[in-house]
Amino acid sequence: MSDTTDSNGTSGSNGAGDTDGTAGTDGTSGTGSADVTARTGSSAATDSGSAEEATEAAAQSQLSTAPVEEAPSGPKLSLFGWLRWFWRQLTSMRVALLLLLLLSLASVPGSLIPQRNASPFRVAEFLQNNPKLGPVYDRLQLFDVYSSVWFSAIYLLLFVSLIGCIVPRTWQFVGQLRAKPPKAPSRLKRMPAYTTWRTEAEPAEVLGGARKLLRGSRFRVADGEGSVSAEKGYLRELGNLCFHLALIVMLVAFAVGQLWSVEGGKLVVKGGGFANTLTQYDDIKSGALYDYDDLDGFGFTLEEFHSSFEESGPERGTPRDFRADISYWEGADGPEKKASIEVNEPLTVGSSKVYLLGHGYAPVVTVKDGKGDVAFRGPVPFLPQDGDPNLTSQGVVKVTDYQDAKGKKEQLGFVGIFTPTYGIDEVRGPHSTFPGMKYPAIFLSAYRGNLGIDTGLPQSVYQLNQRGMEPFETEDGDILRQSLRPGETMDLPDGAGSLTFERVERWATFQISQKPASGWALGGALVAIGGLAASLFLQRRRVWVRAYAGGDGRTVVEMASLGRSESAKVPEELGTLAERLRAGAAPLPSAPERDADDGPDDTSDHDDSVGPSADDDGPRRS
Amino acid sequence: MNLAAADNQSLADLSRVLILSAMAVYTCAFVAHIAEWVFGSRSRVARTAAALAPKKKSPYTRPTEKETEAAAGAGTTVLEKPEVVTRSALGGRPDLPDGTGGGAGGDEQGDVYGRVAIALTVLAFALHAAGVLTRAFSVTRAPWANMYEFSITFSMVIVGAYLVLLAAKKNVRWLGLVLVTTVLLDLGLANTVLYTESDQLPPALDSVWLWIHVSLAILCGGLFYLGAVGTMLYLFRDSYENKLEQGGKPGGFATSVLERLPSAASLDKFAYRINAAVFPFWTFTIIAGAIWAEDAWGRYWGWDAKEVWSFITWVAYAGYLHARATVGWKGRKAAMLAIVAFLCFLFNYYGVNLFVNSLHSYSGV
Repeated sequence: MSDTTDSNGTSGSNGAGDTDGTAGTDGTSGTGSADVTARTGSSAATDSGSAEEATEAAAQSQLSTAPVEEAPSGPKLSLFGWLRWFWRQLTSMRVALLLLLLLSLASVPGSLIPQRNASPFRVAEFLQNNPKLGPVYDRLQLFDVYSSVWFSAIYLLLFVSLIGCIVPRTWQFVGQLRAKPPKAPSRLKRMPAYTTWRTEAEPAEVLGGARKLLRGSRFRVADGEGSVSAEKGYLRELGNLCFHLALIVMLVAFAVGQLWSVEGGKLVVKGGGFANTLTQYDDIKSGALYDYDDLDGFGFTLEEFHSSFEESGPERGTPRDFRADISYWEGADGPEKKASIEVNEPLTVGSSKVYLLGHGYAPVVTVKDGKGDVAFRGPVPFLPQDGDPNLTSQGVVKVTDYQDAKGKKEQLGFVGIFTPTYGIDEVRGPHSTFPGMKYPAIFLSAYRGNLGIDTGLPQSVYQLNQRGMEPFETEDGDILRQSLRPGETMDLPDGAGSLTFERVERWATFQISQKPASGWALGGALVAIGGLAASLFLQRRRVWVRAYAGGDGRTVVEMASLGRSESAKVPEELGTLAERLRAGAAPLPSAPERDADDGPDDTSDHDDSVGPSADDDGPRRS
Repeated sequence: MNLAAADNQSLADLSRVLILSAMAVYTCAFVAHIAEWVFGSRSRVARTAAALAPKKKSPYTRPTEKETEAAAGAGTTVLEKPEVVTRSALGGRPDLPDGTGGGAGGDEQGDVYGRVAIALTVLAFALHAAGVLTRAFSVTRAPWANMYEFSITFSMVIVGAYLVLLAAKKNVRWLGLVLVTTVLLDLGLANTVLYTESDQLPPALDSVWLWIHVSLAILCGGLFYLGAVGTMLYLFRDSYENKLEQGGKPGGFATSVLERLPSAASLDKFAYRINAAVFPFWTFTIIAGAIWAEDAWGRYWGWDAKEVWSFITWVAYAGYLHARATVGWKGRKAAMLAIVAFLCFLFNYYGVNLFVNSLHSYSGV
């Protein structure tokens, strides 16, 4: 799509070379012949001026595969023209940049407005509190920003833009790898870094030394006429391409992970089990293309749950450690294995991961009916109230199979709270003062009637539908409420039965999720970082060495280098290379510099203006 | 157990005393920097103005080349290193001389105060680092579990990076005053609003990724801050140079201050180099966070507020790096983007931690 570099501003001038690999190759060969013309001196001075421009353009061409910016001008009025224009715009760096910024802008509301995906309760609350604004937001899909049409549109456009840019650039890069470094421009002096000296050594000898030196420094080297061209740092472009390709891989992996994922929750009381089938889940959601038959076959039993909390100090009650000890099996009845799941350490079974999400308490109660028979016995999970760190929990004991003293069939409901460490004050009533079990108690009110379970309407196991239920009343006419410690019993009036709070069991919630292509996302991410580092920290540069006999019979050596981006390292490297080349081609004390036309560099080159015509020094004599 | 707790408490108290002492020394450094800039205002070297006097002939001069060649002279001796002539390919404005020596601007007395300020900063940094270390020992873990700890580490990284650049003989003395001011603000905020007693980690934070993810996030933030200061000053200096180029006459205060900064091109390059170098690390920070999230929350990316803003910050910096290579965006527009990117980073830190409901709300406030 684009090049994360400090451009040296050449991309504007070398358009043909950059956009199209074949044109670039043509350009190189074309300028090659122009160079010859200039050297033979057969053409007029004006011709050589443009030829020099061409050699310079060639020298700078294909130094990267960055796209060339076209002015966003209107297309010709044909359908094909429009399409072409649209495609060009979409894959241009400017539009890609805008799309990128648009994407970040579009993700802002999702971080400020509650999202259905993450917190459905807060969305419901928002809708309730903002009856006018809520529906408008809803219509704009502001509660589902990251799966909304408009967010996906930006995402997809960026994706297409990325592909439309990166595929041609990859081909160009392959072409560049096969092409030779371009010939030395006729006036090396105009390159960003330049050095020259005169020596006794023969030109061929100097060039031979240069070839060896540059090859030894791991440059790619090509011979020109009386010059050597070399190029290095292809890894930069490779890194850049890898980075963008890796982004595509990550985007695809993310999409696959969304479409074929499944994620469900299950509350398991200590001693209880879970088998990974659809019907066992408390809640489950899956990606659009997931097939529930693909659920991994395994199951587990919660053997023990450990938790510890800060006992004192300002952070009293802050959780310190959670651990669920389970035994699990794979397949229908594989061998049982022991494992522990902790907050940061999920269990991996097949392609599924089992996470420990939450925990709480389940009072174990025994309810006896009017005849004295046991109508219900077992643990009833109570859910921690939202936002209470001390785990004041709410729950309902539902007894469906009950008859009163006279044998009348009815249903019972006990609704109330459980506190692991009981406390009471005027404002909050009974509540918990510590999340650990220091002084457990339940506080229940009893109801009788019809629980409404048979109506077919779904209802929460943690809430009592009070329609059809009437409270038991005390002799004073108040609703029957009682707090119980483990071992204590609450008697219902008129011999209607009793509820005994026996003990407390722990429960834990688990999230079981299957998310394909995570490995691809991770791999893509790592490649992206490597590519990014290469494209930001490496330099792609060209070095040219030219040696020719000067006017006085001495050899003039010229060296120049050009980097893809402006960096102090490029001239530095040229200095080092020159120093090493001088070892085999010792420089002579420089003669008064400006007295003879002993080289292609005229003093006019030091003029203040840059225009090629002002710099023109006529055909070269050699 | 009680004995150990008492030890920890005394270490935590020591840490707090060290941080407060560091603040006191930073305040002295701040005063010394002010003196540096005040004395430095006596120097009236308007080199930029001289270099940028509007030219009738052509704005495209090449002073560097000329200067280099003049320095090389005609009688270069044989044994000298090869003279490499460079020329800027950017065109436009000529290379301008950088103001050196920070706020002193060549004034001797100012320079002395500047050096005193740096010495004080070094001392303050030592106290500051000791404060962070004792805090870490008092909780026997990485000191990055709440905003107080983030903040003191964050400013430590900033000062550390600045001192490293100074030690490497980079021209960064101009950073001193702004830097010390920010560090004082950051530490002040940490000690008043964000202060949290030292304590153990909640289980969700107890992971090896805390060391990797959070330390990198803090490091990136500190360095991005340096880049942002460079960009901000670039914007001022650039409009100053523009004004000069168009023959305008900037105000006396602007001239006095901006003349002592490096040239706009140098500031821009400084900011770019830092931002470009930090960007891959920031990318890795996000990826490390994703790996951790996969372990802790069962998904590597869940559009949590913190994740969203890290992504926005990433995109903004990516946009900046691209913009700098795009015709029509480079220069001021790209610089604006860099500023926006840093503001996103700041919002991600303060805004998301304090005001937004996020899984990352470990502010401890």
